[in-house]
Amino acid sequence: MHGIEFEIAPASGETRRQPLPEYIEGYGEVRAFEGAFANVGVGISDHRPRRSKSVRPGQTKLLATIEEALDRAGLRDGMTLSFHHHLRNGDHVLNLVMEAVARRGVRDLTLAVSSIFPVHEPLVALMDAGVVTGLATNYMSGPVAKAVSQGRLKKPAVMMTHGGRPRAIESGDLPVDIAFIAAPCSDPYGNCNGVRGKSACGALGYAVADAQYADVVVAITDHLVAYPASPAEITQTMVDYVVEVPSIGDPQGIVSGTTRITRDPVGLAIAHKAAQVIHASGLLEDGFSFQTGAGGTSLAVAAELKDMMKEAGIVGSFAAGGITGYLVDMLEEGLFNNLLDVQCFDLRAVESYRDNPRHLPMDASMYANPFSKGAVVNQLDVMILGATEIDLNFNVNVTTGSDGTIMGGSGGHSDTAAGAKLAMVVTQLVKARLPIVRRHVTTITTPGETVDVLVTDHGIAVNPARQDLIAALEASGLKVVTIGALLALAESMTGIPDEVTFSDDIVAVVEYRDGTVVDVVRRTK
Amino acid sequence: MKRLRRTMLFVPGNNPGMIQSASVLGADSVILDLEDAVSLSEKDSARKLVTKALRSWSFKTTEVTVRINPITTVYGPLDLEAMLEVQPDILLIPKAEVASIQEVEARISAYEAAKLGGEAVRTKLFALIESAAGVEHVHEILASSPRLVGVLFGGEDYTSDMGVARTMGGMEIEYARNKVAVACKVHGVDAVDTPFTDVDNHEGLLADARKAKAMGFTGKAAINPRQVGIIHKGFAPDPVEVRYALRVLEAMEEAEAEGKGVFSLDGKMVDAPIIQRARQMVALAEKLGMVKGSTASKDTKNANDSLEGGLV
Amino acid sequence: MRVTRTAKAGTLESNDIFIMVSPSEAEGVTLELQSIVLAQFGRQIRETILRTVAARGVTQISILAQDRGALDYTIEARVETALDRALAEPGVIL
Repeated sequence: MHGIEFEIAPASGETRRQPLPEYIEGYGEVRAFEGAFANVGVGISDHRPRRSKSVRPGQTKLLATIEEALDRAGLRDGMTLSFHHHLRNGDHVLNLVMEAVARRGVRDLTLAVSSIFPVHEPLVALMDAGVVTGLATNYMSGPVAKAVSQGRLKKPAVMMTHGGRPRAIESGDLPVDIAFIAAPCSDPYGNCNGVRGKSACGALGYAVADAQYADVVVAITDHLVAYPASPAEITQTMVDYVVEVPSIGDPQGIVSGTTRITRDPVGLAIAHKAAQVIHASGLLEDGFSFQTGAGGTSLAVAAELKDMMKEAGIVGSFAAGGITGYLVDMLEEGLFNNLLDVQCFDLRAVESYRDNPRHLPMDASMYANPFSKGAVVNQLDVMILGATEIDLNFNVNVTTGSDGTIMGGSGGHSDTAAGAKLAMVVTQLVKARLPIVRRHVTTITTPGETVDVLVTDHGIAVNPARQDLIAALEASGLKVVTIGALLALAESMTGIPDEVTFSDDIVAVVEYRDGTVVDVVRRTK
Repeated sequence: MKRLRRTMLFVPGNNPGMIQSASVLGADSVILDLEDAVSLSEKDSARKLVTKALRSWSFKTTEVTVRINPITTVYGPLDLEAMLEVQPDILLIPKAEVASIQEVEARISAYEAAKLGGEAVRTKLFALIESAAGVEHVHEILASSPRLVGVLFGGEDYTSDMGVARTMGGMEIEYARNKVAVACKVHGVDAVDTPFTDVDNHEGLLADARKAKAMGFTGKAAINPRQVGIIHKGFAPDPVEVRYALRVLEAMEEAEAEGKGVFSLDGKMVDAPIIQRARQMVALAEKLGMVKGSTASKDTKNANDSLEGGLV
Repeated sequence: MRVTRTAKAGTLESNDIFIMVSPSEAEGVTLELQSIVLAQFGRQIRETILRTVAARGVTQISILAQDRGALDYTIEARVETALDRALAEPGVIL
């Protein structure tokens, strides 16, 4: 094998394996994706009216049981219930509530859960029984994801983004009847925070839109404190009822310990290259802003940036995300002026969120909603992203594996890619025989027009739309190759994978952050 | 310019994942190991895997070395026979002494005559000198095969042979290191220093690499990918020396323009050897991207990439 | 040609393939393949294993293959090693 002998030209025009249907049973009419900014920055959007309720002095919001809350909320067939995912794989609340819901014989419910984890396995039985017939979520993994891929959910699941979900809730595209807010700390009148109590999770950014726009809001806590609770990330003006339970979650699953920088030498080599790209881009100066995923390789990039910033005496304006202890260290060492936090991944982040005034909250709408008068993602200089697959047009798949089953979802991927000046996908070229670069991705999650650079162990490819970036990288001595060359190299190593076959049934609809449909997921055969 | 061998990274030969990632770890040369990294019961498996890898897998611009088993074992000759079919860049011969190198040389020549119609294999040899006798006979070893392009000094086995303790200070291997470095200089081959075994001690490794460079070694073995960048740093030209070399070449150009044959710089006469060293220093510095205006990568890890094409 | 002994080669580590060959009562090559990339590369892995066995002249054998994303050269190497071990005279160093 002697290197690249031919190139594969980027696909032109349609890069989806099949064109999008115009109507989907269980979803409705399909508004097809028209471009990352076709609907953003072009008009004013309406909000769903926020519902208020008058409460007399002396009336209590504190209820004894979840059942009573369901009575008062008027739970009926066909409703949409919402939950946030700040308790991650340690969550007890969704299962607790749905257990109570199922006992009442209610059916045909849609659950709007910001992310779904393996701990939510009991949902599968509810799906099979027809209690839950619809799901709207930004990310799913584990048995629920597998079951949805197998077609066991009656209606296609709607996969949104971290920015698209609050957009949908605020606009009424996703009207929430009852929002259940798992609150690590609450007072009897509904002031909630995530920083106190045995199940502390830090920020509650993904719960805010639900609390503001749902018809009925129920706070569920295992740490009831005297009125008024402090701080109050969700306030009493949003909350209808409060229920105390013995435990809302398992701390082990909530704050899973500090994520570690990868020790894999290949990951470190890739991170080093990525840091060189950032340096060459010219963005690394005072006021620099940055966000990264919590994975080992992404953290390794953060580590390299830390060294580079220290050496050059650069002070960044902010780091955003998904905050880990590593970013807290950078804040405390004076490398960033602020952290903007939508969720805390570990205990160190929770404590900093609680104690450091420069560690600021941002709710999901402020973070990533394209219709919220300018989201935080618009202010990002650099975003480090992962990918299951990326194609010749730089479209990225983080929704399904190459075998077609759902194993994730955009989360903040599409939002940050759209907002950041430099959106970088950082990954190995081949993982256990699977090429990451494909002719066509199995599912388009993030459109290629928002993805600037692909950094792999075998080379750096830059989106041809960024000639400025290509010039900057080459000027600093970095070699840039075409993504076609990387595809050819990957296939020469692994062989060309056989195509996975799909049935016609659509099991999930992948929405872009503006609510248009960017792709669909079909059931694998 | 001669190929750089600042680092030679050991990679276990029976591990496909590591073989496949070897060329992206930034080392100038990788050593696919059939000897100490492979248990006796897996020697056949490793030999087969490395043979197939060398046939089908591209290591791009990274040099590929294979450490075969000692020629005196039952495995050594089998390894050698298999490797001659696929011709890696280098064969690293362990327990190198005059007899073993001569035997390897004889076997290769016999193979050339029998299988290649007298044409030469492209594979060169590196002697792993790791015994007292090996150190003492380094000149004879280097003279015993024209295929030898370098020596790797193995400090662990050497101190074992000597019956002395291996220490951080390295006093016990100083003579051996010096002798090997000098002999390699005399014979015009590379001198690669023994690995630094404390993998987590980065400062210690940097100091040891700088020491090896100061002794005249041209590179150092690495036993962990994290050591590669540090060793390259240790072997990087001193910026002060590079600046001086640039000034020498500048002054030389001026002198030529003025029709002067000899010239001085900073009060010192600059003659041919100094100019020669300056040229080599600047060439190396350019290659490593240390000289501004050069298009070579500033990253000292991937120096050989600018030599040939291929993906970074 | 048949094998008279059971033999193994390879590991379950990422990028490798574990191969176990044993004598078979049935005619032909019986191959049980498990792979983390079965949908995308199952067919090619199967072809590579069968091709390698055929090249060695073995016509009756039972093979268990547990693949962790091995590339073709690794599959060939592990299969050949297992076959060599199964066909070797006892006591011979391979």
